[in-house]
Amino acid sequence: MKGYNFAYLDEQTKRMIRRALLKAVAIPGHQVPFGSREMPLPYGWGTGGIQVTAAVLGPDDTLKVIDQGADDTTNAVSIRHFFARTAGIRTTTHTAEATVIQTRHRIPEETLREDQIIVYQVPQPEPLYRLEPSRVETKRMHSLADYGLMHVKLYEDVARLGQISISYDYPVMVNHRYLMSPSPIPAFDNPKMDRMAALQLFGAGREKRIYAIPPWTEVRSLDFDDHPFRPINAHQACGLCGATDSYKDEVITDDQGGRMFVCSDTDHCERRREAA
Amino acid sequence: MTDDPILAARGLTLSFGVIPALRDVDIELWLGEILAIVGESGSGKTTLLNVLSGQSRPQDGIVTYRDPDGAAHDVHAMPAPMLRTLQRSDWGFVHQDPRRSLRMNVSAGGNVGERLMARGARHYGDIRAQALDWLEQVEIDADRIDDLPRTFSGGMLQRLQIARTLVTHPRLVFMDEPTGGLDVSVQARLLDLIRSLVARLGVAVVLVTHDIAVARLLGHRIAVMQRGRVVETGLTDQVLDDPRHPYTQLLVSSVLQA
Repeated sequence: MKGYNFAYLDEQTKRMIRRALLKAVAIPGHQVPFGSREMPLPYGWGTGGIQVTAAVLGPDDTLKVIDQGADDTTNAVSIRHFFARTAGIRTTTHTAEATVIQTRHRIPEETLREDQIIVYQVPQPEPLYRLEPSRVETKRMHSLADYGLMHVKLYEDVARLGQISISYDYPVMVNHRYLMSPSPIPAFDNPKMDRMAALQLFGAGREKRIYAIPPWTEVRSLDFDDHPFRPINAHQACGLCGATDSYKDEVITDDQGGRMFVCSDTDHCERRREAA
Repeated sequence: MTDDPILAARGLTLSFGVIPALRDVDIELWLGEILAIVGESGSGKTTLLNVLSGQSRPQDGIVTYRDPDGAAHDVHAMPAPMLRTLQRSDWGFVHQDPRRSLRMNVSAGGNVGERLMARGARHYGDIRAQALDWLEQVEIDADRIDDLPRTFSGGMLQRLQIARTLVTHPRLVFMDEPTGGLDVSVQARLLDLIRSLVARLGVAVVLVTHDIAVARLLGHRIAVMQRGRVVETGLTDQVLDDPRHPYTQLLVSSVLQA
């Protein structure tokens, strides 16, 4: 597109972001500050993810954008369209065809490969922010690996509710060292992060932080020995494709109380219906 | 009692601008011993406690901590992660205001369990059992384990803070006016509790207080501070019954007789 640099951001900015990415990959799970730019979409819509995507995108890449598992919602359609126009790259909704996948709140059901990069949009990169209001203090806690406080939160859950009640943004330990927020993906998706073949990059635009998990890195969800981590999912099978092992959304279908459970990953659901 | 002190300070000096808070202070503390530091407000007691516990850095002098293996560590030269590890397991700190160290929006059980979890305990049942055990030891009803500290009285808060501190079986505990702001009957129970716990666990305690009665009840040895200097030190009863330094004499004679 005329008047814009490739993938919207200027080369200087992309280099700055790539430097932050390199550092983030070198220290898995560690939050690296970066000079987040104004983007032509509001904070909370994926300004962090879109900048990371812009920095890693090449002319031969194929981009897929996921919003809550779906390829057809406003956020997904707009960001896909944005890069199709500013970078002239190919876009797709098929997980297997994509080389770069930007996502909000989901990891695709299909297993990702080593030649793929997944970019997460992150609203709040600090896993301890609800427990410790001071950033100076959380930074010190990260540097000293002092994470007792996070376990206090889990303890409180079990004491009050009999189970760990975090259903999304479930905190993880990366490579036995850094406590990390996986972004608001459902706890169901947490096990997919562990030893994932693809490179995982996280961008938080408003909070100006980038972090990353290199391929094949151990990612462990926090838990207690006697209250192990369990991924949460609806018991029902998908109303469209019949899948039982995928993450489901509950959809209200009318105002008579009608509802159905469908795969949250629309691409996965479509593939299954085509195959059937 | 071993020959080597668990904590030794030599020539501690620290001044805030022109105000000298510590002047050439020497302190030695052995395992199983309670050292009471007394003196009036502004005499440098709390500053000394902060310097000994590694929270502030002296301008001159050295604080040496001897770990269970007998190795000596310079408290102010050790790397931050090591100091933090000490502070959350081998050491404890009891503040005058329990709200400073307790988490007021976390249940009593969570407060007691935090140090265990920080040290790597990952079994909920064990953590809870230890929390219950410690609540019992500090005389808090077991059924208050899931209550928030803000529903506790001042005396209970202080006992909860002590349970939270002692749960990891520290070897060295710093106490800053642990009975300050409590009424006399609550103070008496708390002192009794501290004395029995400390005796049973065999920890070393540095106790800062302005209350001579507290020092007499708890302290094995006493150090009297005046304007940043330790003016007199010795066995508690000896010093209090036969004070030598004029300032100690003044301090002892100004205690109200009930």
